Amino acid sequence: MPVDSYRYLPRSFREGFEAFPIQETEPVRAKLAVEITDAKIALMTSSGLYLENQEPFDTDTELENPLWGDPTYREIPRNTKQQEISAAHLHLNTRDYYVDFNVALPLDRFTELESEKRFGSLADTNYSFMGYQQDGTPDWRSNQGPELIGKLKDQGVHALILAPA
Amino acid sequence: MLARLVEEAGIPTVVVTMMPDTAEKYELPRILGVPFPFGHAFGAPNDVAMQREVSQAAIDLLTDESAVKVRRDLDHLVWPQDDRTAYKDWQPSEPSPIVGHNASRRERLEEKK
Repeated sequence: MPVDSYRYLPRSFREGFEAFPIQETEPVRAKLAVEITDAKIALMTSSGLYLENQEPFDTDTELENPLWGDPTYREIPRNTKQQEISAAHLHLNTRDYYVDFNVALPLDRFTELESEKRFGSLADTNYSFMGYQQDGTPDWRSNQGPELIGKLKDQGVHALILAPA
Repeated sequence: MLARLVEEAGIPTVVVTMMPDTAEKYELPRILGVPFPFGHAFGAPNDVAMQREVSQAAIDLLTDESAVKVRRDLDHLVWPQDDRTAYKDWQPSEPSPIVGHNASRRERLEEKK
């Protein structure tokens, strides 16, 4: 059975999302360049997680201008501990991230699966941004996106698992 | 959008999402649908087994060469709250700025009618 994509969506949003036009018509597909047992995997979340010693995502500007979303991202090391995690996201209840951030960025689970040799290795640096990017999307395409891809390549990452919040 | 940029750069991606129908509209090559409330792509807090299953399923998709586009839905996983509670629980205590902005815009349009 397919997952019901609208199960938890506010009722007033459903019609708009169902009618959301097709964005792309051509598939794009890169192939894993190595065996999965050699693959370095990075994780990325749009849940607004950041480290306590990092600048929070800018929610003040979004409150002043609801059409704007902070287009920056944060680097989250693989050995991050629960007590180091904070979250800034005006579109979600972030409470659970202070209990167990693995719900959005499962560094602990991937570390376990890595030790069981289910894949090669978890990247040293993983990534978080704040998913509300209405006016920031062009910025991502021309700035943050290419910058991030450069960082993935610098790390020797073979695959990226993205989890929109 | 970002997943496509990364794919175009030669790095394969998996998108783990509670809205797989929407993800399909971007022609993404590997989509993992999860039946969870927003903000919880990998499952419930402290539910290690659930988080592991989603994580392993995402890893497995990286080696699935059965089609140009692969979508797998983990519909058998059960969220630990009833739908009504989960629906309220994932949302922020204050409506997001864009929700307030749209509501006041609708009000202004109604007044003009």
